[in-house]
Amino acid sequence: MRHIISLLVENEAGALSRISGLFSARGYNIESLTVATTEDQTLSRMTIITTGSDRIIEQITKQLNKLVDVVKLQDITEGNFIEREMMFVKVKAEGDTQRGEVKRLSDIFRARIIDVTDTTFCIELTGSGSKLDAYIKSMHENNIVEVVRSGSMGILRGEKALTL
Amino acid sequence: MELSGSEIIIQFLKDEGVKHIFGYPGGAVLHIYDALQKQTDVEHILVRHEQGASHAADGYARATGKPCVCLVTSGPGATNAITGIATAYMDSIPLVVITGQVPSHVIGQDAFQEVDAVGISRPCVKHNFLVKDLSKLAETLKKAFYVATTGRPGPVVVDIPKDITAPHIKIPYEYPAKVEMRSYNPNFKGHPRQIKRAVELMLGAKRPMVYTGGGVIMDDASQELRDFVHKLGFPITQTLMGLGAFPGTDPQFIGMLGMHGTYEANMAMHECDVLICIGARFDDRITGVTSKFCPYAQIIHVDIDPASISKTINADIPIVGGAKQVLTEMLKQLEKTEVQVDQAALESWWNTIKSWQSQDSFAYAKKDGVIQPQEAVEELYKVTKGDAYITSDVGQHQMYAAQFYPFDEPRRWINSGGLGTMGFGLPAAMGIKLAFPDKDVACVTGEGSIQMCIQELSTCLQYGLHVKIINLNNRYLGMVRQWQEFFYEKRYSHVYMDSLPDFVKLAEAYGHVGIRVDDPNDLHDAMVEAFKLKDRTVFLDIITDQEANVYPMISAGKAHNEMDISPLQQAKQALLKSKGELV
Ligand SMILES: Cc1cc2nc3c(=O)[nH]c(=O)nc-3n(C[C@H](O)[C@H](O)[C@H](O)COP(=O)(O)OP(=O)(O)OC[C@H]3O[C@@H](n4cnc5c(N)ncnc54)[C@H](O)[C@@H]3O)c2cc1C
Ligand SMILES: Cc1ncc(C[n+]2csc(CCOP(=O)(O)OP(=O)(O)O)c2C)c(N)n1
Ligand SMILES: [Mg+2]
Repeated sequence: MRHIISLLVENEAGALSRISGLFSARGYNIESLTVATTEDQTLSRMTIITTGSDRIIEQITKQLNKLVDVVKLQDITEGNFIEREMMFVKVKAEGDTQRGEVKRLSDIFRARIIDVTDTTFCIELTGSGSKLDAYIKSMHENNIVEVVRSGSMGILRGEKALTL
Repeated sequence: MELSGSEIIIQFLKDEGVKHIFGYPGGAVLHIYDALQKQTDVEHILVRHEQGASHAADGYARATGKPCVCLVTSGPGATNAITGIATAYMDSIPLVVITGQVPSHVIGQDAFQEVDAVGISRPCVKHNFLVKDLSKLAETLKKAFYVATTGRPGPVVVDIPKDITAPHIKIPYEYPAKVEMRSYNPNFKGHPRQIKRAVELMLGAKRPMVYTGGGVIMDDASQELRDFVHKLGFPITQTLMGLGAFPGTDPQFIGMLGMHGTYEANMAMHECDVLICIGARFDDRITGVTSKFCPYAQIIHVDIDPASISKTINADIPIVGGAKQVLTEMLKQLEKTEVQVDQAALESWWNTIKSWQSQDSFAYAKKDGVIQPQEAVEELYKVTKGDAYITSDVGQHQMYAAQFYPFDEPRRWINSGGLGTMGFGLPAAMGIKLAFPDKDVACVTGEGSIQMCIQELSTCLQYGLHVKIINLNNRYLGMVRQWQEFFYEKRYSHVYMDSLPDFVKLAEAYGHVGIRVDDPNDLHDAMVEAFKLKDRTVFLDIITDQEANVYPMISAGKAHNEMDISPLQQAKQALLKSKGELV
């Protein structure tokens, strides 16, 4: 099963390597990991997407909790959550037909074109992972120059929150 | 008080109550060594290899229950200490390891003797720190002690760049008596409702079994465990790390369990209907293949580390809490309740266990003119009256020591269980002797293992650490040879210790006494002689049967009731079977 684990972590050098090291040392899957500081400069918020049986997920959360730098942790897939990922795609856009097609497709996906040259578009798109997958799939493979994905972030719906 | 970084380290250690540290100097810690030299409160023991420092500190910590400190230089000093740090980590031992680091401004530039000590040690420490700011030094050291000793203990590395310890930069110092870390909360109290459920379950058991481990020793909960087991009248088994928490000579103790445990302990694990596990971690050496583990049992698991619970074996009643607190609470509830143990069922269970015990699974055949390793350990037990601190290295001799030296007190049996580190025994014994100079300390070792930290014989001489080395010399890497005999059709690949040194001469070269014994008839006298020489380190080189094996043994993929038993026991079973007496 796929799980989204949200963590509040001490914003200290080495914290990230402790967490990624835990995953590699214990052989846990890691689909994506995103991290940045929060409104409190001493804390980072991390989102880890992982997969595994219930037993493995239980071990992952316990082992993460054991790390001294981890302040708080929540498996948000246990609740009602929102998940989003952001993507930049640079595509070839030469000639009116091609440019028009890319534009149309982007509109359907509510993507935004954020940079334009004579030969390329750069597109920004936010959504679930599968939406981003679908966008890439709909694009001609050899039109794609570059794909940058942020990895997913998650947050609980409603009043529940992961705070200190 | 205005102190330099080096002075802060020393003053902090004093304030923390540290009397001894083990270490080895080098460029990055020169300032600290200069400060050390100017005082006498903290005694520094100069080892001969940094691995020795971390094992010695580890032995000291295991025997005293207090955290112990080592101090090593950057680069090779730090990497040499790693084996000892990993050893302590696997067995949850509180160490604080101070590693020198190159000056802050050259970190990352491949400076002379630079190694990323924090990065290298990360997977084998409970936590580690790089001190970047002199003003944080004392607080960081305090955090290191706090983290190392609380919750599930473990080693902590503090990496200190040289500039932080510079003698001319001084700042005000005050001992940080308390630290708080919002991200670290090690205090778990067993949930009362879970404890109640556990007590109900154990009182309803027909074939109960208590299985305890190192956690009971770490929590100094031996007395509580004894009261608990005596009150219930249940059989108890202990892991290799738990030996001594419950007395080894008590009739309710049915021996160690696991790969080389007793027949009765493993059979009882297999057949029990309620398993009460306290402070043990269901290691693969004790579970055998997990799918066949305790097939009939409901499992209660008490552990301070939530991650130990249901890691390999699912617990029916998980209790996150310290052994001492939970046992005390269980005892209280047992006092209160009206429910009684089913005595008839318990008696019949004990009868079954006794029939397994009659197999005498550790029995071995003595031979004329050849010393059996088991009899050497039995002799050691007799001569020390079972009251010595015994360390061991890793191999067959380690198992013989665990099997044939019953420990009646905790913290007397000191060995590397989790990592299985050859080379542990001698430095660990040094650490213990330093802590308890008036006690007998013996290191049961093999000719393979002892050579991994033999250089520490020199440290023994310098500091008068008069340990006894009981070398069970089978001229083989015996444990590996045994596996090659059993599983590789006797293809002995690189396990013969050719060109061994003359250990008697070697001991003498180091300034000690060496005694060689190769006749069983001389064993007793040699052992007595070794322990009579109170103010000498004695190396007893005991030439033992070359191809003796450790029995019983659970092979890979096997269950507790599928042990390989010794040829002697096989003959006995065959006899009993023919008489129709085998249950
Ligand atoms: C050659 C060789 C052969 C071996 N054969 C065997 C064998 O036959 N049988 C055997 O048993 N072992 C054997 N071992 C040792 C084995 O590898 C493990 O080290 C050992 O079984 C682990 O013991 P333990 O479960 O007591 O755990 P430990 O490593 O001692 O861990 C202690 C547990 O207690 C918990 N704990 C810590 N503090 C507390 C507290 N305050 N309160 C409650 N819980 C706490 C910890 O979280 C941990 O889960 C062998 C090792 C070697 C090298
Ligand atoms: C540092 C290290 N290297 C290798 C091993 C693997 N190993 C386990 S037991 C053993 C043999 C030990 O030989 P010896 O010390 O002579 O003891 P014996 O088994 O003969 O009693 C070896 C090589 C280990 N445990 N530790
Ligand atoms: Mg040997």
